[in-house]
Amino acid sequence: MQQKEEHLDEKELPQKSTKEYVLRLFITGATPNSVRALTNLKKLCEVYLKGKYSLEIIDVYQQADIAEREQLIALPLLIKKLPLPEKRMIGDLSDTDKVLKGLGLKQ
Amino acid sequence: MPPKSKYNTTQLKKLPKTPTGVKGLDEITRGGLPKGRPTLVCGAAGCGKTLMATEFIVRGALEFGEPGVFMTFEEQAEELEMNVASLGINLPKLQKEGLVKIDHVHIDKSEIEETGEYDLDGLFIRLGYAIDSIGAKRVVLDTLENLFAGLNNQAILRTELRRLFSWLKEKGVTSLITGEKGEGTLTRQGLEEYVSDCVILLEHRVVNQISTRLMRIVKYRGSIHGTNEYPFLIDEDGISVLPITSLMLNSDVSSQRISSGLPALDKMLGGKGFFRGSSILISGTAGTGKTSLAAYFANETCKRKERCLYFAFEESPQQIIRNMKSIGIDLKAHIDKGLLEMHAARPTLNGLEMHLVSIHKHVKRFKPKTVILDPITNLITVGSVSEVKAMLIRLIDFLQTEQITVLFTALSLNTIVTEQTDEGVSSLVDAWLLVRDIESNGERNRGMYIMKSRGMKHSNQVREFVITDEGLDLVDVYLGTDGVLTGSAREAQQLLEATGQVLRKHALSRKDLEIERKRKVLEAKIASLQEEFESVQDELNKSYVEEELTKEIMAKNRRKMMQSRQTKNTGNGSKK
Repeated sequence: MQQKEEHLDEKELPQKSTKEYVLRLFITGATPNSVRALTNLKKLCEVYLKGKYSLEIIDVYQQADIAEREQLIALPLLIKKLPLPEKRMIGDLSDTDKVLKGLGLKQ
Repeated sequence: MPPKSKYNTTQLKKLPKTPTGVKGLDEITRGGLPKGRPTLVCGAAGCGKTLMATEFIVRGALEFGEPGVFMTFEEQAEELEMNVASLGINLPKLQKEGLVKIDHVHIDKSEIEETGEYDLDGLFIRLGYAIDSIGAKRVVLDTLENLFAGLNNQAILRTELRRLFSWLKEKGVTSLITGEKGEGTLTRQGLEEYVSDCVILLEHRVVNQISTRLMRIVKYRGSIHGTNEYPFLIDEDGISVLPITSLMLNSDVSSQRISSGLPALDKMLGGKGFFRGSSILISGTAGTGKTSLAAYFANETCKRKERCLYFAFEESPQQIIRNMKSIGIDLKAHIDKGLLEMHAARPTLNGLEMHLVSIHKHVKRFKPKTVILDPITNLITVGSVSEVKAMLIRLIDFLQTEQITVLFTALSLNTIVTEQTDEGVSSLVDAWLLVRDIESNGERNRGMYIMKSRGMKHSNQVREFVITDEGLDLVDVYLGTDGVLTGSAREAQQLLEATGQVLRKHALSRKDLEIERKRKVLEAKIASLQEEFESVQDELNKSYVEEELTKEIMAKNRRKMMQSRQTKNTGNGSKK
């Protein structure tokens, strides 16, 4: 159920005006890692990027063909599309320091 | 106990296998890789892992109608396509036809930040999608090590790999995973070999600067398999493995006899020559005519319209053709007719096993009736005596099962005729001819004899072996007071005997004349006696006739007288 709510969010987000941060999160259904990654990311974004980001959540189970196109191996995977450089972060995003570094919010 | 019986029946089910199509490998594994299970192919860099994996996929698609997924962690799809194009494999076409799917997995450590717990579901989904999209039966993962290089959390990777292997089994695909060889373990992670059902180890060994590729089945759950190290060859046809030694000595034998090309030699071999499918060894010191004998045999084979394969380890084909022309053999004509094929290579070109593999390949392709190896002694430069012997055993075994006659020449290094050849093959061969130098009176001649010839009556005589412009021949050696006479000594002896014969003939004719004369004298005497007898007889006859005549005349006279007296009387009476 939670999954669906998130998807709604995802659809709402891109409609908002261009955001500084464009993020894509690849998850695998409601596996523990995926759920944790999502909550962690939500929390971080609310604290550090409030109003400045758009987040697209993709369930790889639903779109298996995307795995090859996006070179997916380890999941969950967070891709920071913008601002450049593009950055890939795998894992449940529990290591806040690393995530912030990856997002370019912390040196 | 129903459960137990049920257990038994499942156990009786034999492990189904998936043929790889790699030449020879299916023979070693008795049918191929375990069907629906993972197999690990491991080895150091450059030993042919990727090629083997590619062949597994491509041959599966082409020969067995099993589509396959090739997941590469190293090479780009384009690189892979180019690499196998040299083997004549058109990967892009196979991909278009949906028989093969190549997925290149790109991992770059510098691009990835690990921020906590993760799993390899992405890989699973990706692979699953690829398998389902073409209905793949075969999967290759080349090489998993790259995952370990790209990701940090070893613990996660190890559990995920275990999961991957069991997931592959669940999927029912026959998978082949390649792995780099590690220190003391078969793979770097020391993990894959335990979770795989079959492990094949590839090696590339260099001994005495000669490289040999070797393959060994390290484990194969639920199946018997060959356990030896098997040499394999990578060439334009891909991988060929040689499952060489047939352990049974049960090949068919032929009792058909074939000529050696030398009528005189055939006569020494019970009058008919060698057995078909037998092995023949000609040994001798340098320059005794071993190659000439081999060429004669090749020539004879081609004359019978049979094919002959000639492996030369010392001379080039051109050289042999030229040299053999000098003794009246035209090998070129046979080559042009496609009956004779010559392959010349220095033994050092590759290892012994490679030689064996290439001989195998040539024999399988050309299907000759006769194979000649000239000389096997040169092989010793690439291997030890025991290795050469082992190789020759395998070769003889192989050729015998194919009913091919094989002729080896061997150089004996010692001038003293050693009773054994250096390769120790003399016990293996069926017939052994020895050509040796006989040195006497300041000249060197060749003598030949048959050391052994299994299963036939053969001459125990030493024969002199002469090479002339007309060809080879065997001459009876002369036994003089000083032993065996050969060469000019033999000729002198022959002359001597010829002179004696002339003299004897002369003496004979003189005696004949004498007899004739005597006969004539006697005949003359007989004639004169005959004459004498006739004259005596005449004389005697003459007196006898005279007597008769006088008697007759006297009687006549008397009658006449009596008549005349009577008439006188009557005349008188009338007058009265």
